[in-house]
Amino acid sequence: MSPSPVALISEPGAVGDVTRSDAALRRFLHGLPGVDQVGADARAAALSTRSIKTTAKAFAIDLAISMIDLTTLEGSDTPGKVRTLCAKAQRPDPHDSSVPMTAAVCVYNDLVGLAKAELGDSGVKVAAVATAFPSGRASLAVKLADSRDAVVQGADEIDMVIDRGAFLSGRYLEIFEEIAAVKQICHEDGASAHLKVILETGELQTYDNVRRASWLAMLAGADFIKTSTGKISPATTLPVTLVMLEACRDWYDATGHRIGMKPAGGIRTTKDAMKYLVLVNETVGTEWLTPDLFRLGASSLLNDLLLQRQKMATGRYSGPDYVTVD
Amino acid sequence: MPTPFEYAPAPESRAIVDIASSYGLFIDGEFSDGSGGSLKSINPATEEVLAEIAVASDADVDRAVRAARRAYTRVWSKTSGAERAKYLFRIARLVQERSRELAVLETLDNGKPIKESRDVDIPLVAAHFFYYAGWADKLEHAGFGPDPRPLGVAAQVIPWNFPLLMLAWKIAPALAAGNTVVLKPAETTSLTALLFADICRQAELPPGVVNIITGGGDTGRALVEHPDVNKVAFTGSTEVGKAIARSVAGTDKRLTLELGGKAANIVFDDAPVDQTVEGIVAGIFFNQGHVCCAGSRLLVQESIADELVGRLKKRLGTLRLGDPMDKNTDIGAINSLEQLERIRHLAGVGDDEGAERWTADCDLPAKGYWFAPTVFTGVTQAHRIAREEIFGPVLSVLTFRTPSEAIEKANNSPYGLSAGVWTDKGSRILKMASAMRAGVVWANTFNRFDPTSPFGGYKESGYGREGGRHGLAAYLDVV
Repeated sequence: MSPSPVALISEPGAVGDVTRSDAALRRFLHGLPGVDQVGADARAAALSTRSIKTTAKAFAIDLAISMIDLTTLEGSDTPGKVRTLCAKAQRPDPHDSSVPMTAAVCVYNDLVGLAKAELGDSGVKVAAVATAFPSGRASLAVKLADSRDAVVQGADEIDMVIDRGAFLSGRYLEIFEEIAAVKQICHEDGASAHLKVILETGELQTYDNVRRASWLAMLAGADFIKTSTGKISPATTLPVTLVMLEACRDWYDATGHRIGMKPAGGIRTTKDAMKYLVLVNETVGTEWLTPDLFRLGASSLLNDLLLQRQKMATGRYSGPDYVTVD
Repeated sequence: MPTPFEYAPAPESRAIVDIASSYGLFIDGEFSDGSGGSLKSINPATEEVLAEIAVASDADVDRAVRAARRAYTRVWSKTSGAERAKYLFRIARLVQERSRELAVLETLDNGKPIKESRDVDIPLVAAHFFYYAGWADKLEHAGFGPDPRPLGVAAQVIPWNFPLLMLAWKIAPALAAGNTVVLKPAETTSLTALLFADICRQAELPPGVVNIITGGGDTGRALVEHPDVNKVAFTGSTEVGKAIARSVAGTDKRLTLELGGKAANIVFDDAPVDQTVEGIVAGIFFNQGHVCCAGSRLLVQESIADELVGRLKKRLGTLRLGDPMDKNTDIGAINSLEQLERIRHLAGVGDDEGAERWTADCDLPAKGYWFAPTVFTGVTQAHRIAREEIFGPVLSVLTFRTPSEAIEKANNSPYGLSAGVWTDKGSRILKMASAMRAGVVWANTFNRFDPTSPFGGYKESGYGREGGRHGLAAYLDVV
């Protein structure tokens, strides 16, 4: 903290300074204040006891729906599956047009064009996973080609993975350059895709690593930082999201720019989603409570939100046959 | 700008608890009228009168002590450890079963947020009884010789900040060791102790083993000065503690005192900053700062002071002050008008001494006793707000330059109950912990309690230990 790296970064040209060499970048990232695991866990647990009822619950349910990146990332994905998902994203509850659309549909690269066509100008974005998702184990050339392919097909958002192997062996500059290169591709030929950087926190393991990786991604130009691919357990957790949100907050304090945050994987219930929204509300504040700055990467969550929404409207629980199976 | 996420009211229901319009004294297993008049117990969040409480006169105190003596001689001193353990386990389970009722009543009577009474106070009460239940049949293995004996009748006087928890800290080890007790709760917070009396009956504890008498300072004085008590245990202010020590001097009564504090919470420049901010909040704003071991003096390394205080103030802006029964309330009511006035007075002294006052921006309810979280910066060792216990949500911020200066300043206090150390460096934690003249030193956390850990003070914070194996010594005839 002394002098605070957070303050260092606020000076003009500072990003160039701390990323000019592997050593400088390492000094910066390792100079960030540590995270005490017990304390971070306790804070996240304390916030998850907030009681969200009645009007607050109704507000949070609609907000959560509007923040979902409705996701299918399976080897068995087909055009049919993606069409169904796109329909669901635009009209989550066929009986209730007051339900907001989800923020995006998230698919593998080869299905981007199809999703784009299905969604048209509905406002639902198409996110594509890239850079040899989920492992990130491919050459830089392949990763960049993968990303370029998604952008060319019209993806609005690119969810890239970082090279966790490089991170764990301390090759931070390599990751920085990789992210920066993908970011450039996002803006090639007049495109303006948003870049989400997946840290895969389940493989980084320590909260110190999570904080460093968050800063590394933000330094390199991430528009969003994202916890997980959903392919590794644990995927997102509340404390990991807390640590990442704190990084977003500190980045904003230093630079005046807001970076978005996306927890992904394992968020299945309305109750879970509420806990995340409370975390956002009390860590970074109201400004982040918009799909522009906060997303929930999920698939089964949407149906639980819809069931809870129906319950609030009718006063009774319906059942799984009253929401659509996609 | 997005719509704010406003939490709708989420009040806990008070229907679970039956509050009688008046309460007598619990003596010899029964409730009986007191002969010293009565006093009113008030909900400090609403100023509503909850119940009338009997005031025990000298004659009532004598009746209670005699009941305790009788129960000790005839029953409890002849009850085996394993048998005593059964009662304690039973009480612990009943506390768990009736935890919601106890939590609601504690919050109504004390003003602390339901979140705290539900998640902290009551679970710790049960844990304390479970822990000492385990010791009751193992006293000969506790390191006090082959057959440690109880003391006899214990007179116990407890404060209003953690009413039921302080009762548990007193009663559980006393009974486990084989003593009988007469306990007097604080005059503003007697209700959970009286509900506990009902739990004792439900557990079929033999009459007279636990007696609960209510009243003010005079009742407490009569109890500790009663010639037939063998042990006095007091938790409360240093001033009253000194008076008790004087009155007990020259008698053969054993005495343990757990008194005030002015704990230093020491933050080094390599501290994990976000968790430190949480720890400062937990240290001084937990339970409205009504905590004897509260981290009321923040000692922060000068090089990071501005940044840390800035982050702290931002965090304090998110605290939710208001209806203690709302499940989302972080800061509840000040327990009494008297205490509120004391806090106001000492905060005023801080202003006069030239410290800079900052108050979190929050609306205070119109009724009830409230004090917004307050931080004084620019405080020096010479200021009264750096030396005197405020016992409210008021933090004094001081700075230091080197570890040795931190040690010197932290120890430069007539008190020595607790301290906190925040650093990423393990060796520094160990060094600081051994240098602190304080009974409890927390490292990278604050205000965490566990029945297995002894608790107590140095210097004017008192003597004797509660909790853990050490806590047994206070109720056994051992040195």
